[in-house]
Amino acid sequence: MSLRVLVGVKRVIDYNVKIAVRGDKSWVETANVKHSVNPFDEIAIEAAVQAKEAKLVGEVIAVSCGPPKAQESLRTALAMGADRAIHVEIPDGSEKTLEPLAVAKLFKKIAQDEKMLAGLLNWPQGTFASKIDLNAGDKSLVVTREIDGGLETIKTALPAVVTADLRLNTPRFATLPNIMKAKKEAHQEVHARRPSASTCRRASRFSRSRSRPSARVVAVSPTSTS
Amino acid sequence: MFRPAATTAARRLATASTTPTVATAAARRNVSFALTDEQREFQDLARKFTAEEIIPKAAHHDKTGEYPKEIIKKAWELGLVNTHVPQAYGGLGLGVLDGAIITEELAFGCTGIQTAIEANGLAEAPVILAGNDFQKKKYLGRMTEEPLMAAYGVTEPGAGSDVAGIKTKAEKQGDKWVINGQKMWITNAGHANWFFVLARTNPDPKAPAGKAFTGFIVEADTPGITVGRKEINMGQRASDTRGITFEDVVVPEENVLGEVGAGFKIAMGAFDITRPLVAAAAVGLANRCMHEAATYAAQRKTMGKPILAHQAVSFMLADMAMGIEASRLLVWRAAADRDQGLRNTYYASAAKCMAADVANKCAADAVQIFGGNGFNTEYPVEKLMRDAKIFQIYEGTSQIQRVILSKFIADKYM
Repeated sequence: MSLRVLVGVKRVIDYNVKIAVRGDKSWVETANVKHSVNPFDEIAIEAAVQAKEAKLVGEVIAVSCGPPKAQESLRTALAMGADRAIHVEIPDGSEKTLEPLAVAKLFKKIAQDEKMLAGLLNWPQGTFASKIDLNAGDKSLVVTREIDGGLETIKTALPAVVTADLRLNTPRFATLPNIMKAKKEAHQEVHARRPSASTCRRASRFSRSRSRPSARVVAVSPTSTS
Repeated sequence: MFRPAATTAARRLATASTTPTVATAAARRNVSFALTDEQREFQDLARKFTAEEIIPKAAHHDKTGEYPKEIIKKAWELGLVNTHVPQAYGGLGLGVLDGAIITEELAFGCTGIQTAIEANGLAEAPVILAGNDFQKKKYLGRMTEEPLMAAYGVTEPGAGSDVAGIKTKAEKQGDKWVINGQKMWITNAGHANWFFVLARTNPDPKAPAGKAFTGFIVEADTPGITVGRKEINMGQRASDTRGITFEDVVVPEENVLGEVGAGFKIAMGAFDITRPLVAAAAVGLANRCMHEAATYAAQRKTMGKPILAHQAVSFMLADMAMGIEASRLLVWRAAADRDQGLRNTYYASAAKCMAADVANKCAADAVQIFGGNGFNTEYPVEKLMRDAKIFQIYEGTSQIQRVILSKFIADKYM
């Protein structure tokens, strides 16, 4: 079975926009404000699509947990080269209270439903990746991470979680023909599922994680740039 | 005595707002100024492309006059060029409004580069309107297979506004046509793979314009074509404009566009598609002027405050904003009407004329807001002022647009 990549995508306020706080201090102003795909998510999609073009990965699935408008971000992901899109739909407005743990649990359920091996919390991870080398043969990953002191290179087994940093790649433009195609694809691929109430609570206690496969540090090097 | 006059006046007033377009009950629609999701995605793509590929390099192409070949190729790869070519011939078959949205974004970056791209659409328009399947496959098909350029050759050294006064002639010799004459100010002439050429086929000077001219598709490598030097113009310097001489240029019968004698109508019909797009480019330039001027005015301080806080400056920006919003809506009306199959000549002329005048005012005011800096090449606005002027001239001068609108008004009131 070939490798598959699940990429999280979020519709956020465009990074160029000047953020304004609402008069009642409840949230930031989002009405009529330009939104776009989180730039780091675009970098992540690009990495996944590049891996697919290099034939290291068989399928790229984009996921977004959000209100109906999140479909725009999923269409962008499809236009960039993702094969399928899953939209976990939550009611408009409730995205303000959607907590990270809830999103993680939703991702875990999707990973399990998509029959991607094992549960999320048992996987190793490589975060702030500025370089990824995927070895589909022996199912391992070498990730160069940007850390405060410089660069750290780690090797992990698959499946793993990787988060993208700015310097990982430069995302491609979605071409006009692909944008038009994605509009038709999105209707078939996107489907909504209701999250259960328990996933919407913030984690109230922390527990020591069980021992899980860890990443092995291979090298640490200080950055040469100031 | 008063009543008949009052009734006539009242009737005139009641119909004053209705526009002289051909509108059937079926064409009635609810007005919406919202773009579709797809149009917003096109807009985002064009905007991103402009920010990353056009804006950083525009000044270089303006200074050197170097043709923006690489930028056009990248735009072509993304599907931003040749948007109107029907899907049957490999294109996206987008409408005029879709094209206007994309054009405005590209023009925000550089109208010289955008004009080079737009000229393809101008040359393709007559083929899309009047070409047969063979011609469309041959000449539109190749545009979507490779990043080729095309050019629209109507204007001559002696005839611009007076299209009926062109002197290039085409004579039938056997089963071929032989073209002799000169064209001038042809955009993309130095890089075109083929030309749309309008030539006089009826030598009788009394023949009506609607029957005296024929449109031809001419391959650029046909013997007898001499392309002149690249003209050095005031603005839009990245664009390539040249004179072309035709000396006994032989064109096969299969390259006659539409009917012999119907060329004038075809050439003019193309403008209903392209005038809204040129107007959209003027709106893009005007928008850029306002963006640059407002950004500068927010930082530059005079008398203790940012100059944006001085009404003399902010009023100029307010005028820019009004002009931009109004001309954009005129463009959208002209484009949307065309997409719905309505005759849009009235709105296309109004949009082109207004957008061009607005663009020039915005550019001059932008230079003014920048003060001494605005006159200098290290700042972006002097280029915008040089680029803006041509919008009042090409694609039908502002005077010709007013002639067209006057005709509509005269038809209605006289």
